[in-house]
Order: sequence, then C-alpha cells, then structure tokens
Amino acid sequence: MKKIEAIIRNKMFPNVKDALESIGISSMTVAHVEGRGKQKGVVQQWRGRTYSVDLIPKIKIEMVVPDKDVEKLVEVIKTSAATGTIGDGKIFVSPVESAIRIRTGDKDESAL
Amino acid sequence: MIDNLNTKKVSYLRTVLITALVLCFVFVAPVSAANIDETAESIANLETALTFVWLILAGAIVFFMHAGFSLLESGLTRTKNTANILMKNLITISLGVIIYWIIGWGIMYGASASGLVGTDQFLLSGADNSLWNEWWFQMVFAATAATIVSGALAERTSLKAYIAFTIVMVALIYPIHGHWVWGDEQLSLLSGSESPIVTLIGAALHDFAGSGVVHSIGGYAALAGAIVVGARIGKFKNGVPQVIPGHSLTFAFLGTLILAFGWIGFNGGSTLDGNDAYMNLVIVNTFLSAAAGALTVLLITWKKVGKPDPSLTANGLLAGLVSITAPCGSVENWAAIVIGIVGGIILYSGVMFNENVLKVDDPVGAIAVHGYAGSWGLLSVGIFSVGIGNGILVDAVYAAEGAGLIYGGINQFIIQMVGVLFTIIWAFGVSYLVFKLIDATIGMRVSETEEIIGLDICEHGVQAYPEYILEDGEIGD
Repeated sequence: MKKIEAIIRNKMFPNVKDALESIGISSMTVAHVEGRGKQKGVVQQWRGRTYSVDLIPKIKIEMVVPDKDVEKLVEVIKTSAATGTIGDGKIFVSPVESAIRIRTGDKDESAL
Repeated sequence: MIDNLNTKKVSYLRTVLITALVLCFVFVAPVSAANIDETAESIANLETALTFVWLILAGAIVFFMHAGFSLLESGLTRTKNTANILMKNLITISLGVIIYWIIGWGIMYGASASGLVGTDQFLLSGADNSLWNEWWFQMVFAATAATIVSGALAERTSLKAYIAFTIVMVALIYPIHGHWVWGDEQLSLLSGSESPIVTLIGAALHDFAGSGVVHSIGGYAALAGAIVVGARIGKFKNGVPQVIPGHSLTFAFLGTLILAFGWIGFNGGSTLDGNDAYMNLVIVNTFLSAAAGALTVLLITWKKVGKPDPSLTANGLLAGLVSITAPCGSVENWAAIVIGIVGGIILYSGVMFNENVLKVDDPVGAIAVHGYAGSWGLLSVGIFSVGIGNGILVDAVYAAEGAGLIYGGINQFIIQMVGVLFTIIWAFGVSYLVFKLIDATIGMRVSETEEIIGLDICEHGVQAYPEYILEDGEIGD
C-alpha cells in the first residue's frame, strides 16, 4: 500500500477528480491547505503599496491505494492537474504500514 | 405670405389679450387689493414649507452617510474587527443625536458670547418648528464630523475611549469651532460682520457646507487620535510601512458611493433654503469635483504602482467631494474640476505622507480625505471664488463675498487661510489634549492580545462572520 499526496491548484481540482473517476477511482480525502514554493508566493498591491502574499491557497488530495495502482494514478494526476506554469503543485508517494476499516475491522488492502 | 399672416394674427391676439388684462385690472383690482397681503402671506408660508421639507429630506440623505461610513470603514479593515467598527459608527450617531440636543446645538447656535461660544438653547429649550427643522439638519453634520475619527482609529482603539472622545467632540470641539464660522451673523469670530478678525482682514470666512467646520475638524481630530493611540501591530516593520489589507472592497465601494450620494444632501441642503435656486450650481460643482478627484487618483496610482488602485481611487472620489464642500456655491464649473484634481493629488500625497513621513497608521485614509482635502477646500474658496454679485453669482445670497486670487481679490484668500489655521490648531490641539487625557485615565488602546484576537470577540463577544471564521479556540487563554 502506498499513500499518494497531491498538492494541486484549487481551480484544477474538478479536472483531477473527473480524471480519477474516469479510471474508476472515487475514494479520496481532500484538504484546503496553504503553502508556498521556491517563488515565495505572489506580489499584490493595497492602497498604492505592493506586498507579497507568501502563502497561497492550494488543495491537497490524499489517497491510500494498492501498490499496483500507484503508477497509473500518479500519471493521471500529473496530466489532469497540469497547466504548465509555476504553481501547478507536487505529488508525494510514501509507504503505508497498515489500514483498518473502522466499521468492519477489515485490514490492509481489503480495507481500502 | 402665410408666415406674414400668422405673425399678424399673433400680434392681433396679443393686443386683444393685453386689452383684456388691462380691463381686468381696472375693474377687478379694487377687489383683489384686499387679497394681496393674503397672497403674499400664503406664498411665504409655501416657501417656509418648502424649506422644511427640503431640509428634512437633505438631512435624511446626510443621515444615510452613516451607512456609507460604516461600510467603508468595515470594508477597509479586517473581519476580526468588523462588529466593533460597525458599533462605533452606530454609537456615534446615537450619541450624536442626544449630545447635540443636550449641549451641542446650544454651544454652536445659542446667543453668542463675544463670538466665541453659544450660551443658550440647551436641551433645545424654547424650540419651535423652525428650530426643530434647523436642529435636525445640523445634528446630522455634527455626527458626521465625529464619525470620521472612528475609521482612522480602527482596529486598536478601546470602545470606552472612543465613546469618551465622541461625547467631547459633539458637545464641545465641533460646536465651538462651528460657532466661530456658522454661529452668528454679527459676532462669530471668523465670519461675523463685527468680528475683529473679519473687520481687520476685510472679508468673512466662507465655508459653504463644512470642508473646514465638519471635515477638517473630523480629520485633524483623527490625526491627533491616530498619533496618541499609535499604529496597529504589524503596520510598521522597522519604520517601514507594511500592508494590512481590508476584508471587502465590495463594502468599501458601496460605502464610498453611499457617501457620495450623501453629499447631495450635505452640499445641496446647505443653502439652508428650499427656495435658493443656486442649489443647482452647488450639485453640479459637487459632482464635477468628485469625478475629477477619483480620476486623478486613478491615474496617479496607475502610473506609480503599475495598476490603478481601487481603494485609493475610491478615497479620491471622497477627497474631491470634501474639497468642493466649501467652495461649491462660489465657483465656476471649470474651477470645481480643478479643485477636484488638486483634491485627488492631495489625497494621494497625504496618504503617503502619513505613512512614510509621519508614520501614522490610518487604515481608511480619513486624515487625508477629510483633514488635508478639507483644508484645501477652505483655501480653494480664496483662489477660485467668483464673488457674490459677479458673473454666475449675480443673484446669489449664500456664497463667498469676496473674489478669489484669480479674479484679483486677496482679502477672501487671507481669511480662508486664517480659517485653515484655526481648524488645524483647534481640532488637532484640543483633540490631542483630550486623547492624552483619555489615555491617562481610561486608556486609549486595547491590550496586545485583544488586538491580535480581534476587537469583535474581545469588546463584544461576537464574530461578524461566525460561519466562516473558525478561530483556534484559544480565546480567553
């Protein structure tokens, strides 16, 4: 089992969700987060003065999936979340030790 | 041929009509002579009624400016202080009504003691319909001057301290100065015909609807308050001004436009006479200046920052309005546009001067809009005034007496200059002392923790947007 965390643009989320659904993936946890990359945010202005907004709102999708699905999933997110400009986001993949479905007590891959 | 015939017909008809009228006069006149007095009286009654209705309506339009101030000030500040700024505005008008009834009006318009201060009509004693009418229109102005202060002190001033100042403002600071300019035709210090200052300079101060009396007084009181209370946490980092964005430009713009609407009553009603046709000139000049002020700031910020700045442009519209408030009944249309342009330049420079040089934190720009642009408005009368009886002001009753600098006059300019100095010294000086006194007794400022959590929770126990803001639950720790 692997955990996929994808931090993407808010506006690309519907696109990513549709793309995942089209390959049969509907389970996900979504969080509204704020963050910044190397560019340290964007510059805006207020009352004649510029300032940098250094934390930009983003969406983080978290999914735990069987190992075999990882490559396909990452590819789908990568394509559907891309605009080609700075700020498209990142995808992280990490191992998961165990999973339990609370209602039935199912374990690991059968709990996903 | 036909034209000729028609002309003849018309001139024949005219002869018949005139003859008929003359005959009417000869035979009927003896009867209607008895009615002439009655007719004159009913016309006078109608004129009075017209003034009553117009001033109640104009006062209502000015009253609505408090909705504008509320929206503008809450829009340009953060969500955590919204309920507090709304309360300060509501308290200002509520206190304003009562205090101006108890003492403010008497100080401003009561029988003059040497042109310095009014001494009777407290609690509106002896009032009749005429006085009630005047009081209503003047009361909304007093509350306006007081509420200007709330914006400049927003987001860090204690509610108790603000209430204390508002009482002093409406009871003394505003009406005493108001008495010097609007109080008494003979005695008033800056405008009365027998005042030593007026006789020395040879001109009476003209402040049509209160660039000085209302706006400058509010603006310089706000400056004194902003200095005493200090900047918001995070406004200056090592002396460098930082940006603290307000939470709603929608509110700020709606508020600005409501204020502009309010000026129809503010300036339009200030002829104090529903029969004075010059209210038409007043309205046109008012909005020419407003537009010029906004467009000027639009261009300045476009050039300086690269993109036109919305909230400063909105301030520019208000600066144009404040500037034209004194001269609107005394100048030509083109001059109104020039006055608005200069008002816009003063607004932009004033906001930058406050932040960069004075290091004063004014979240909504009230000091530049009302204080600096107000002073310019007073001064502009002395530059552009046509002079009563001249040119377009041939039938005018309420306008600046003397001609301005560009028409060769000098006295009007000098007295306007004196008026500017009086507003600054009086409003800033007295307010500074009052704020210091409040600071030493009640305390001007909320605690650092309260300021960070927000005045809504700490002063009122509410959040203006409870559904959308989830605080981290540390309130009260």
